[in-house]
Amino acid sequence: MQPNSETLADAPLGATLRITAIHNQGAERRRIYDLGLTPGTLVHVETRSPLGDPTAYRVRDALIALRSEQARQIAVVRVPDTTGGPQQ
Amino acid sequence: MTPQPASDPLLKQAASLRSQIGDNIHDHISESVYATAAAISDRAVTRDGQVAAFRLDRAIDQVVTSRVWGFPMMALMLMGVFWLTIAGANVPSAMLGDLLLGNVYTWLHAVADALGAPWWLSGLLIDGMYMATAWVVSVMLPPMAIFFPLFTLLEDLGYLPRVAFNLDRLFQRAGAHGKQSLSMMMGWGCNAAGVISTRIIDSPRERLIAIITNNFSICNGRWPTLILMGTIFIGATAPAAVASLVAAASVVTVTVLGIFVTLIVSAWLSRSWLKGEASSFSLELPPYRPPQIWRVITTSVIDRTLLVLWRAVVMAAPAGLIIWLMSNVQVADLSMAAHLVAWLEPLGWLMGLNGVILLAYIVTIPANEIIIPTILMLTLNLANSNLAQSGVMLELSDDLVYATLTGMGGWTLLTAVNLMLYSLLHNPCSTTILTIWYETKSLKWTAVATFLPIALGFVVTVLVALVVRVLT
Amino acid sequence: MSNSHDAAACATCPVSNTAQVRKLGAQLGRWDYTIALAGNPNTGKSTIFNTLTGLRQHTGNWSGKTVVRAEGGYTYQGSQYRLVDLPGTYSLLSTSVDEEVARDFVLFGQPDATIVVTDATRLERNLSLVLQILAITERVVVAVNLMDEAKRHGMSVDVRRLSRDLGVPVVPMAARQGEGVAELLSMVAQVASGAYQTKPYVLPLQDAAIEAAIANLEPQIRARFPQLPNTRWVALRLLEGDASIMRAVADGTLGDVRKGLAVAPILLQEATS
Repeated sequence: MQPNSETLADAPLGATLRITAIHNQGAERRRIYDLGLTPGTLVHVETRSPLGDPTAYRVRDALIALRSEQARQIAVVRVPDTTGGPQQ
Repeated sequence: MTPQPASDPLLKQAASLRSQIGDNIHDHISESVYATAAAISDRAVTRDGQVAAFRLDRAIDQVVTSRVWGFPMMALMLMGVFWLTIAGANVPSAMLGDLLLGNVYTWLHAVADALGAPWWLSGLLIDGMYMATAWVVSVMLPPMAIFFPLFTLLEDLGYLPRVAFNLDRLFQRAGAHGKQSLSMMMGWGCNAAGVISTRIIDSPRERLIAIITNNFSICNGRWPTLILMGTIFIGATAPAAVASLVAAASVVTVTVLGIFVTLIVSAWLSRSWLKGEASSFSLELPPYRPPQIWRVITTSVIDRTLLVLWRAVVMAAPAGLIIWLMSNVQVADLSMAAHLVAWLEPLGWLMGLNGVILLAYIVTIPANEIIIPTILMLTLNLANSNLAQSGVMLELSDDLVYATLTGMGGWTLLTAVNLMLYSLLHNPCSTTILTIWYETKSLKWTAVATFLPIALGFVVTVLVALVVRVLT
Repeated sequence: MSNSHDAAACATCPVSNTAQVRKLGAQLGRWDYTIALAGNPNTGKSTIFNTLTGLRQHTGNWSGKTVVRAEGGYTYQGSQYRLVDLPGTYSLLSTSVDEEVARDFVLFGQPDATIVVTDATRLERNLSLVLQILAITERVVVAVNLMDEAKRHGMSVDVRRLSRDLGVPVVPMAARQGEGVAELLSMVAQVASGAYQTKPYVLPLQDAAIEAAIANLEPQIRARFPQLPNTRWVALRLLEGDASIMRAVADGTLGDVRKGLAVAPILLQEATS
């Protein structure tokens, strides 16, 4: 019954996701938490650099760019998106 | 990295409690804080029905970061800023030049004559120190007063982080921090400012890379050199209407070359002298905001003007003094300048330049801006031309400059091109060197930042000269 | 825009509070109150600083621009205020120079009031810093800036609700337009002088083990450092293993109530170390 789980790095543009777990460690983990990326948070994949990396995610009304190596360690699930943006 | 509690009972107690609870206190606190923040803000903030916030921002970002439009837009912005700076600075520079190098200069000499001052005193003070200062002010002030406000407007608008976002992958591959692109851009205005702006990079290793490579951003002080060379040697066939465009294009070309060098040198440094862990990178892309144009213009223009004036007096005046002395003090029937030029000539030839250029570069370490007038003056002086007036730096028309350099100076296209290359790849100006020292507090790295570009410049110019001579 | 015209009219009107503000720029001899200015990056914090002090700190739109904080001053209703602009930080929980600098000043510098600047369009994110600061000090005034931008994006903020929930005064502002400045000055004066007693929200942690540990440590901390007003926060830091707080306990400096702390040398040192 679980919708397929994936990482933030796999998510396509325009998707809305909910974070299930943060696997980054150390100072990077703190930074990610401090930016508001915590389990249960809604994230919207907004845009990607023309060179492919990093990707900009809308999290709690802010636009945060993360590199794929960081996004790869954030587990997410898809959430049906009704309004085209995170309203929480 | 927790220090040992030693014998402090409070700390010991805390440590034991910590080991019982586990390591995820920080996570827990963060989550609680955010959950609470979300709850409180939910109660306080209301949005207009279904209007998705930031719709316009999103649309703009789709274009700015798109695969098709992203890079062309950046190139266009760059060209635009450079062109505005150059075209906009033309008239004020000419006016300042007429005033300071023309009227005030003549007036000062008149006053000196009236006071009966000896030739060497008026020469030293007016022809040497005053002229250098006046030159810097008329050449440097207008472009700085335009570039920096423009840059600040782009900053305030929120566009610059998008540039960092677009370029990040390049810097990542070069082992550098993504925010280095921002300090690199700042360096196009002034390298000292660029070095200070590296403070946005936390990791000391990556910050050092950004500082050392900042010199490869062509600062405002070097633009006039590139513009002149680009215009008279390369763009000579272009009609006057597109003269500014051609000038902007030559600066942009060397700037882009500078970006390549920045990336290559960063890549090399991060794999050799400054090896280490890439620090975690995250960049916030702020919402687009209409910039406060009036406030930015007044604040920035005043700041920049004061800075340029200070620099002109403190850096350029002494340089002017030395140039005058060198040209007018005779040792064994030749001016000191002539001696030094002859001594430097072989090295200069090797580099596809000449002794005059090398001497000029040494003397103008304090201020890149006066390189061209110094070269002109030395060339005229050595050729014993009437135009020299014993050590005066004059502003000549483009045609006359071309004739002087190729005729009296023996310049070729190779000389001009290598000058442009060396302009990119030589030591930072003394203000920047001092700033680097102040920011790093390390003699070693300041030395690296100073001499690495020279070494690069030497290698590149020698190679280019070699290739050209072999082929022709 | 007729801002400068309005501002000029306001400045000379005897009824307006701003008429009583005299910007002192960077010259400050002695002062009556020290005020800290904190907030996330990109919230217009520097604009507020410039507006109050008459200084011209550069206002950049990306994080980390202000690493070395600045000081300025102003007078208001006869008192001299020293305003310290702290580096913009997202939180005080992770370790970076900016955040340590900001946190150390709020904790050790014992400002008479701390202004936390927030962006009305990104309140949820900004509130986390507010909550963290409320844990360290009670004398806080929250400025909700960029209200004009919020309106533009179709958002509205119930400031009174916010104030009730947070337990501290909340001032709506649009600093670029000069709006809200008078109210901010007034609230800061009241909080700094003690005329307004705040009742800041205390963040509960829904973990029984952690709360028990805090209850265990707090009395010991209070016994060692009786003057410390924020023992709960210190307990949390010790449980987390925060190196600089542990150092401060070990060498006793945690108890230092250093009013009028000379800010510049210390913070510069931190920023360049």
